[in-house]
Amino acid sequence: MSKKDPSLAKVKPKKMPFRIYFKRHKWLYFLLLPGLIYFIMFRYMPMGGLVIAFQEYSPFLGFKGSKFVGLDQFRKFFNTPDFPRLFKNTLGISLLQLLFFFPAPIILSLLLNEVRHQGYKRTVQTFIYIPHFISWVIVASLTYQLFNVSDGIINQIIASVSGHKVDILSRSDMFWGLIVGQVVWKETGYGTIIFLAALSGVDQEMYEAARIDGANRWQLLWYITLPALKGVIVMMLILRVGGLLNTGYEQIFLMRNDLNVSAADVFDTYIYTRGIVNGRYSFSAAAGMFKSLIGMIMVLSANWVAKKAGETGIY
Amino acid sequence: MASTAKIKTGRHRKGVIKRSTGDKVADVIIYVFLALVAISTVLPFIYVIAGSFATEKELTEKAFFIIPEVWSLNAYKYAIKTANIMRGLRNSLIITILGTFLCMVFSLTFAYPLSKPHFRGRNFFLNMVIFTMLFGGGMIPSFIVFTRLYKLYDSWWALILPGLISPFNMIIIKNFFQDVPRELEEAAYVDGANDLHIFSKIYLPLSKPVIASISLFYAVGYWNGYFNAMIYLKTAEKFTIQVQLRSIILLTSSIDETIMDFYDLNGAPPDKAVKMACTVIATLPILIAYPFIQKYFTKGVMVGAVKG
Repeated sequence: MSKKDPSLAKVKPKKMPFRIYFKRHKWLYFLLLPGLIYFIMFRYMPMGGLVIAFQEYSPFLGFKGSKFVGLDQFRKFFNTPDFPRLFKNTLGISLLQLLFFFPAPIILSLLLNEVRHQGYKRTVQTFIYIPHFISWVIVASLTYQLFNVSDGIINQIIASVSGHKVDILSRSDMFWGLIVGQVVWKETGYGTIIFLAALSGVDQEMYEAARIDGANRWQLLWYITLPALKGVIVMMLILRVGGLLNTGYEQIFLMRNDLNVSAADVFDTYIYTRGIVNGRYSFSAAAGMFKSLIGMIMVLSANWVAKKAGETGIY
Repeated sequence: MASTAKIKTGRHRKGVIKRSTGDKVADVIIYVFLALVAISTVLPFIYVIAGSFATEKELTEKAFFIIPEVWSLNAYKYAIKTANIMRGLRNSLIITILGTFLCMVFSLTFAYPLSKPHFRGRNFFLNMVIFTMLFGGGMIPSFIVFTRLYKLYDSWWALILPGLISPFNMIIIKNFFQDVPRELEEAAYVDGANDLHIFSKIYLPLSKPVIASISLFYAVGYWNGYFNAMIYLKTAEKFTIQVQLRSIILLTSSIDETIMDFYDLNGAPPDKAVKMACTVIATLPILIAYPFIQKYFTKGVMVGAVKG
């Protein structure tokens, strides 16, 4: 037993000098190294790259040679005439998602939970998880093929009912609905997994007991099922609130076109067009940093509120 | 559980345990609703698959069908010959395999030390990872750093390297390692094994389920990735399947009917069916992998994530 590593016996060993610890566990540090290099090079270096948000960055002058301008880029960003529109579109899409997409997986998993026939339940689950694994490009392709005005099946149905076609794909007043609809179609099924996992932990005997006591379906839902889901719902809500400014640029970028752009320009697409297409690096880096900071503040405050309210939170 | 299952089947067959008519009606509504939800998720795929095998005549005449009257492979022949779709498939396959392999190497080795409660510096490194989940450089600084400092512009490495470790996946692996019984490791220590041996000879063989599911996570991510390929790749020969598919759909849908007439005059395969065929080709690898995906995604891993 004398050879046994003392660090294994207790979580906090009696102060072994780091030099000896390191010698004994040098392979652990060796294993950590590739990942550490990755995090520094590909996660922290871009954060360092945020200095350009405080510069008038020019690719020819580089990070060191570019002029320092303080908060000028941020000021410019807040003062662009585009800012209110970006804010409105981003928040509009996010809030619609919060309203329709957030509850959808919860409702669907509650319905799945009511199904007693396991084969039926599993078959439904098999189907509804599929869209999650399909790329946004394919979802956009399917949407084009189903909704386009010239030969899309949806438009043929609309035309046969109402007599005229609706160009859903290029109308700005339908863009938000289109985006939220796509997300609901793609992610609702997969979103049920986390809630079903929480439900699988509920003791079935509680239901039996409650039923014997004469509880009806709604009472079972209200007093057993929903309390079991509360923690997960709060956790998902925190994540959702934190991502309120992340509208999923891949999806919006794919569905955006010249005709619906007034409703489709969100922070992410704006950063892309101003930064990568137009080459206004510093300006769009400032816009991106503003977005990330707000996101971080919102996650942390949502988490704080959840903890104050007696939930576990995520951090 | 076995006894409740018996009661359930009995209830289904004979209605032994009395349920109110309201309950029965509710059950029917739930079953029907779920069936509709399930159908609505696969119907678009069925529509596109059916259309891709149909002739242009049938596609223009009929609004909707699940089985084409006349089967035709023209759209596929055309897509494979001209649309660069095979090149895109090959490129995506290389990126996915190479990327997933590297992801697993980096994620497993990084997660292992962090799974040891005694590891000195553990909290520092964990906080370093968690911070990246909260805050990041963002699109533009990343683009500048990767292209200016690392010279990754127009390189597949720009698609592979930035995502080598997903903090979320790494934490799942770490939690899995933590659940491995301590005794195995202690015994190996007594026998004089070092950490590297213990990692490769004890932990890795035990981690097959988590390795399978996390590599599927990564692989699906690489296969489906579009945005990075679009901003970093310039040479058409390097384009991934997603970029390729996007340009095909955009091209044909913006040119619209005029080009359709042109195709017909020249006896070329129908535009609509080609689009559908390309969509099917790009979706196929995911659908083939789906049984595996479902097996590993839904079991264990997500539950572990909830616990973690």
